[in-house]
Amino acid sequence: MADLTTDFLGIKSPNPFWLASAPPTDKEYNVRRAYEAGWGGVVWKTLGSEGPPVVNVNGPRYGAIYGADRRLLGLNNIELITDRPLQTNLEEITRVKKDYPDRALIVSLMVPCDEESWKAILPLVEETGADGIELNFGCPHGMAERGMGSAVGQVPEYIQMVTQWCKQYYSKPVIVKLTPNISDIRNPARAAFAGNADAVSLINTINSIISVDLDQMAPQPTLDGKGTHGGYCGPAVKPIALNMVAEIARDPETTGKPISAIGGVTTWRDAAEFMVMGAGNVQVCTAAMTYGFRVVEEMKAGLSQWMDEKGYTSTADFIGQAVPNVTDWKYLNLNYVSKAKIDQDACIKCGRCYAACEDTSHQAIWMKEDRVFEVNDAECVACNLCVEVCPVENCISMEAVTPGEVDPRTGKVVQGDYANWTTHPNNPSAVQAAE
Amino acid sequence: MAQGHQASGIVAGRLSEDEIASNFSDLHSAYAPHEAAVAADRCYFCYDAPCVTACPTDIDIPLFIRQIQVGQPEGAAQTILSQNILGGMCARVCPTETLCEEACVREAAEGKPVEIGRLQRYATDTLMARGTHPFTRADATGKRVAVVGAGPAGLSCAHRLAMLGHDVSLFETKGKPGGLNEFGIAAYKSTDDFAAREVDWLLKIGGITVETGKALGSGLSLDALKADYDAVFLSIGLAGVNALRAAGEDLSGVRDAVDFIEDLRQSDDLGSLPVGRNVVVIGGGMTAVDAAVQASLLGAQNVTIAYRRGRDAMPASPFEQDLAAAKGVKLMFNVMPVAILGDGAVTGIELEYTNVEDGRVKGTGETVTLVADQVFKAIGQTLDGAPDGVALEGGKIAVSGPGRTSVADVWAGGDCASGGEDLTVTAVAEGRDAAMDIHAKLTSC
Repeated sequence: MADLTTDFLGIKSPNPFWLASAPPTDKEYNVRRAYEAGWGGVVWKTLGSEGPPVVNVNGPRYGAIYGADRRLLGLNNIELITDRPLQTNLEEITRVKKDYPDRALIVSLMVPCDEESWKAILPLVEETGADGIELNFGCPHGMAERGMGSAVGQVPEYIQMVTQWCKQYYSKPVIVKLTPNISDIRNPARAAFAGNADAVSLINTINSIISVDLDQMAPQPTLDGKGTHGGYCGPAVKPIALNMVAEIARDPETTGKPISAIGGVTTWRDAAEFMVMGAGNVQVCTAAMTYGFRVVEEMKAGLSQWMDEKGYTSTADFIGQAVPNVTDWKYLNLNYVSKAKIDQDACIKCGRCYAACEDTSHQAIWMKEDRVFEVNDAECVACNLCVEVCPVENCISMEAVTPGEVDPRTGKVVQGDYANWTTHPNNPSAVQAAE
Repeated sequence: MAQGHQASGIVAGRLSEDEIASNFSDLHSAYAPHEAAVAADRCYFCYDAPCVTACPTDIDIPLFIRQIQVGQPEGAAQTILSQNILGGMCARVCPTETLCEEACVREAAEGKPVEIGRLQRYATDTLMARGTHPFTRADATGKRVAVVGAGPAGLSCAHRLAMLGHDVSLFETKGKPGGLNEFGIAAYKSTDDFAAREVDWLLKIGGITVETGKALGSGLSLDALKADYDAVFLSIGLAGVNALRAAGEDLSGVRDAVDFIEDLRQSDDLGSLPVGRNVVVIGGGMTAVDAAVQASLLGAQNVTIAYRRGRDAMPASPFEQDLAAAKGVKLMFNVMPVAILGDGAVTGIELEYTNVEDGRVKGTGETVTLVADQVFKAIGQTLDGAPDGVALEGGKIAVSGPGRTSVADVWAGGDCASGGEDLTVTAVAEGRDAAMDIHAKLTSC
């Protein structure tokens, strides 16, 4: 059984699965139960400034989209930061950390964007003994209207400024949680590290209206006839999060910097994908909200089994391993040619590949007598759509054409060397080879 | 005196009211909405879907399943009913395991087809529960069509004609319409008087006048119908039954299975229906299975189906065979009746073992005798009462194309007509297609 212990910013946790700042981490009762269930760490739900706490709507606070059999694929929420008094939270954090010294406990913070507010709260958090703080620059709903959350995260200068204050008034690691509601995630990440952040975490939720009630003519969740945009999360957002994590991991300005990945982590595989893409650990919320705390058992067992199978003895062995293989489109090998191949023994003759290719792609699949589907290499560009729509895993595969053979589509001999767009003759700004 | 299963002879009340009610409840329970959504999600929406090809009525199955999946079962029903107005009954009685569900690619892939029949029922039940009829009639054409026989073919033909604006007189020899849907078919496939409710719902289209107690040769003649109407559609079914031609066939306790099933379907107190303690059913088709299973469900202690060929040749599908076995019916293969034994009433049946050589059944000479106090004959039905002058083919009314008979302006469909399997769904298709042909003829000049 592989060792899942992770060291993130010097904070040790028995596994890389942390609960993200969210309703599951709102209070002592939940956090203790989460630790007992086996979570490696917890980011305590966001605290605000001292004084009267924020007020949440009664609800409904969540909306959802579903896959087959009501499998929850995406969730959005309009809940704000903690609505409990600051002092209550601080006391609970102190008690919990004392009882669970081996688990990571991070405190999420969101206070107004002025130095005094941060200067006031940071010493109070320091006293709790928590392992670090996470700056909530991400929530896109509610708090953003008051100039906090994503309203800060969308302005790199503010990120840098607040991060600097935190580093000045707080001695332990500072993680900056980024909003995805921005055109280029690298800018806020660079700003965070410019402000000496120890790490970034991402993504926070994506601004969304998840569905519309066609009877009430209002967005969902609908509250007394009205709805508002909320934060979108769950398995559906994972691809967006993966890309943003990868962008930061391969950005020359931030590459190698610690990242805590968030966004639709539901299984051990999701976690492994984020970690090979450069994340030092992962944070989970929707999976726990859907299945309960116990879901971490599968994540731990799965990651451990995969590590054993691959011969990894520590999470450090694979973190970031896929980053060098993320590249720009322009560097993809234009000489690489492959063709779809349909395994006739595995084919169940549904014809989805044919419909997809014939109606929406390159008319490269023949439908022959007795529903035999075959690829016409002379038309196939290997787009992979047939693979994606085929209900049978591994029935259709992409087979590389051996260099030296003629591609029947182009009539040209497939070249064995690497050539990309930057030097392609069709590219007006192609780099000319030296004379 | 012994009670229940062990009571001798053909007696009523073998089982309690509760047992009877449980035995004759729905064979396949109706889907709840979430079950339907999950089942619908399994459909791959195949290109040129094999299930549609396998459906005699060409229902756009992937489309209706998708409509269920997106939460519009009523729209799904419209898709079904536009091709098959008896889609509700077909959802219950179609041998889907040899039609759409056999062709389903998931049957090929994993041996578990999309449950098309149950999904179809979910859609049609949802729509029919609204109590409204989903189709409206076209402008009146002034044409009149006589439909003889109110079984599935006749009902389908009449509905389509009425929808197209023609006026239809629908004649039925029995006391009420429905044909085999009403009088044949196992009770557990059509519970809660579904056949009659479906006919009432179908007739809401308007323009169809039902006249019961009328048959060719009994109040009707083809010549008179031809003179009075612009077209005639014959859907008179197979009213005759084959004889056993074995000694003892007239002993008391020997009956045609179709009569037993009809009594059962028309009974409003199944507990009062008498059934034997040791029942033998001769035959191998759906009628044999329906009779045998229902005899068992009524409380017969031993029920045996005796079929003269091997299992592979049995017309009843493997699903039906399994159903029979599950309901306690013993299936005997390669046996044929030699003599029914008894003095006044049946006491047993002598069967001879058979071999099939070059497709022909031959007795081996070896016999076995079963104790029996009731014997049902289910060895096929025959055309009875076809009008003179209409050409026959293979014992049925010869038809070409969409049900055209040898006589001008006379069409035929359903079990009485040549071609196609004797299934409800086939009858519906034939009635519908003949109606379209009649319509084309009536509106062509």
